[in-house]
Amino acid sequence: MNVLLIFFFALRLVIAPAPDDAAKARQGVFALTNARIVTVTNGTLENATLVIRNDRIVALGTDVAIPADAEVIDCAGLTIYPGLIDSGTQLGLIEVGSLPETSDASEIGDLTPQMQALTAVNPNGMAIPVTRVNGVTTVLTEPSGGLLPGTAALINLHGYTPEQMHVGAVEVVKLQFPRTGRRGRFDRRSEEDVKKAVEEAMKKLDDTWNQATLYARIDSSYRANPEKDRRPEYVPAMIALLPVLRGERPLMITVDASADIEAALKWVKKHNIPNVIFTGLSEGWRVADQLAEAGIPCLVGPVLSTPTRDSDRYDKAYANVGLMHQAGVKVAIRTGETENVRNLPYHAGFAAAYGLGKEEALRAVTIVPAEIFGVSDQIGSLEVGKKATLFVADGDPFETRTDIHHLFIDGYKLPLESRHTQLYEEFLHRVPGLEKTSEQVGERP
Amino acid sequence: MKTGFHSLLLSPALLLLASTFAVSVQAQEVERGDVLIQHATVLTVTNGTLNDTDILVQDGKIARIGQGLRAPNGVETLDATGMYVMPGIIDAHSHIAISNVNESTSPVTAHVSVGDVLDPYDIALYRALAGGVTISHVMHGSANVIGGQNETIKHRYGVKDPALLPMDGAPRTIKFALGENPTRVHGRGSNIVPASRMGVEFVIRQAFSEAQRYQEAWDRYEARRQNDARAIPPEYNERLEVIAAILKGEILINCHSYRADEILMLLDVLRDFGVERITFQHVNEGFKIAPELAAFGAGASVFADWWAYKFEVYYSTAYNAAILTRNGVVTSINSDSQELDRHLYHEAAKTQKYGDLSDDEALALITINPARQLGIADRVGSIEMGKDADLAIFNAHPLSVYAVAQKTIVDGVVRFDVQADPDDMRLEVDPETPVETAFLWEGHDDRCMEGTDLLGFFTGQ
Repeated sequence: MNVLLIFFFALRLVIAPAPDDAAKARQGVFALTNARIVTVTNGTLENATLVIRNDRIVALGTDVAIPADAEVIDCAGLTIYPGLIDSGTQLGLIEVGSLPETSDASEIGDLTPQMQALTAVNPNGMAIPVTRVNGVTTVLTEPSGGLLPGTAALINLHGYTPEQMHVGAVEVVKLQFPRTGRRGRFDRRSEEDVKKAVEEAMKKLDDTWNQATLYARIDSSYRANPEKDRRPEYVPAMIALLPVLRGERPLMITVDASADIEAALKWVKKHNIPNVIFTGLSEGWRVADQLAEAGIPCLVGPVLSTPTRDSDRYDKAYANVGLMHQAGVKVAIRTGETENVRNLPYHAGFAAAYGLGKEEALRAVTIVPAEIFGVSDQIGSLEVGKKATLFVADGDPFETRTDIHHLFIDGYKLPLESRHTQLYEEFLHRVPGLEKTSEQVGERP
Repeated sequence: MKTGFHSLLLSPALLLLASTFAVSVQAQEVERGDVLIQHATVLTVTNGTLNDTDILVQDGKIARIGQGLRAPNGVETLDATGMYVMPGIIDAHSHIAISNVNESTSPVTAHVSVGDVLDPYDIALYRALAGGVTISHVMHGSANVIGGQNETIKHRYGVKDPALLPMDGAPRTIKFALGENPTRVHGRGSNIVPASRMGVEFVIRQAFSEAQRYQEAWDRYEARRQNDARAIPPEYNERLEVIAAILKGEILINCHSYRADEILMLLDVLRDFGVERITFQHVNEGFKIAPELAAFGAGASVFADWWAYKFEVYYSTAYNAAILTRNGVVTSINSDSQELDRHLYHEAAKTQKYGDLSDDEALALITINPARQLGIADRVGSIEMGKDADLAIFNAHPLSVYAVAQKTIVDGVVRFDVQADPDDMRLEVDPETPVETAFLWEGHDDRCMEGTDLLGFFTGQ
């Protein structure tokens, strides 16, 4: 018996887990010691320890015992942050922007709230590792095109199936509110055409909502009496809106121009939508007081964009988030990006530099979006009991010269590799260099 | 001079003539300024960092750099205590301040120039100033294999005469484009060569060969004319004139390109025709052939981190600029965007994350390197005595994300002052516009393919 035990332990030593830079993700018990810990919700600790067991943070503090089975990672000189959350992207839905075969963000039709972004996400998208190595661990990925383009989902940037990536079963139905703003400089429509398009879209929206309200009533009546009532007809768009009307699922409304924001506020009130989030809000600063009064949480961005009007001060797009926050609006920051979601910390950095401040900017990409999406019990800050979704950096993550040393998503320690780092390693000093160059070819016409 | 009635008529007319002549002469003068900047941390880029240093600017030039300088009579002082002064940022790839970008009706349009469509009213000029940019290389778009000529302009925002924007003495440059853009516009769009990268190479070789023959015909004529006054010149062709000038090295090629193989193709073509200088633009796969680019002496002007928006940039890495730099290629980072050109200092700083470039190496990517590529390094790109006073003053080190530009100086004139910006900085407001339209951000604000959507309208397709 003893011989067997000794043999067993000896075997374990031989087949021990590989050191830090193994190419595979691994879960287990980790103790991050001597670290500066930015909890976001409970201040900053110095010379502290954070213990991860499986997918959770099980201990955090300056006086924490290191478990015997823990892999110890010395974080002297380093800082631990919660994983950053981008509350508006199309990451995982589009691989190469100009190739429609690789784009799954948009479906035919104006009223398609039933289209699910989650299941269309490609977990093996090249941009996913590229993004997480810069500390962005969680994103909302959203469909686009049309009035009701579909249902967005909150995903972690790790997992082999969309289900593994899905965070807290968070799904939000997106509404692209009819917009009066010009869609870029290529939009050459006349003022009348824009006005007409908006009127038609508003009518369509109101009609749809009235139908959805009726459908919800029919459905409720059926559920109360499934034996006696007839099951309502299969109308997928209506079925997808049921949880929104019942307040079980948020309606996320994309609005940017100030006139549109005001119209959207009126519309939300008129139809008594129970659970609303606004997103975009490039002119949010113009109507910040109204937004604060309505108490609707706002996903604002991209910060790195041009002011909407030529007469605006040059820094308006950077200052937007800060101005809204000052007026009392609950703000999270989004990039609206697909392949460069990794720049979220810099959107936050610019927002910080132009009025929001560093502390609030960090909150706007951690705890605030977590609260808005209803998953603040799981992510968004470093607290005992929350998921171990975090990164360890050698400085301020909003500064470009900061490097990330360790990354965990749901307690899985992930290699800090991506297509970009692999190309760097291969080509920094290419082998062969010039030495294998052959002779010149003959004259060409 | 007759007195009396006739002189009464003549003198006002003469006065009027004289005054219009004087006005037109004044309109050609570029404004130059004087200022003494004091107590700054001076990032010279070429000669290290100087603490608590003053810069004396006189008549638009850097006259002296040192400590404890005194202001000559009438020269204003600017207290830059706690601030950082760097050379004005040079954006090597831009499409601001021009009213059209692409003459996309033919794959070879060397005869057109964006210098003919400069727009000094573009607010983008001001917004780039607010990010420390003093010079932009404004370019023809990437619709054509051989596009139009570009213009190197200074951000003299406030002038209303377009003739005051170009930087005098800057070498002539021209736009080339390889790969998906010209094959999409001409091959797939209009069914004419090129539809593939094979066709792109052929279009260039054909244009160069025709220009060679054109030049030879003119050389023969010039020789014959020495002895025969009745020698007949060949037909003049502006397009071939320009391409012949390229072959003579008088116009610098700036080539939009992505794939390693197409870049190598162009290097081969240039070698065949004896062209020695080129700067590649975007060159996302430049990192794969950095040794070849360095051996040729080609420059590369790249994005900090744009990728995956087209297939030809799918195999990209944000470490591109660092790899090229480490392999000896003169590299710059450009914007190709009126959004990005407002924070090129931040784009350059990304090379400290992707490749560990030093402060001076990162700053060189947006100052002395683009200056070298544009052939203006003797005038701008670093803070040295005798150079133009194009300077950007920040309240923190410009490679920090928290740096906010305070003042931007062009030719010694303060063209951007964060404390003198009352919101609306437009030079011209149409009194008949009731409410300004809001332009919504649609991402990737590059104008490289602008104007090609009208092709169908013109050709009835």
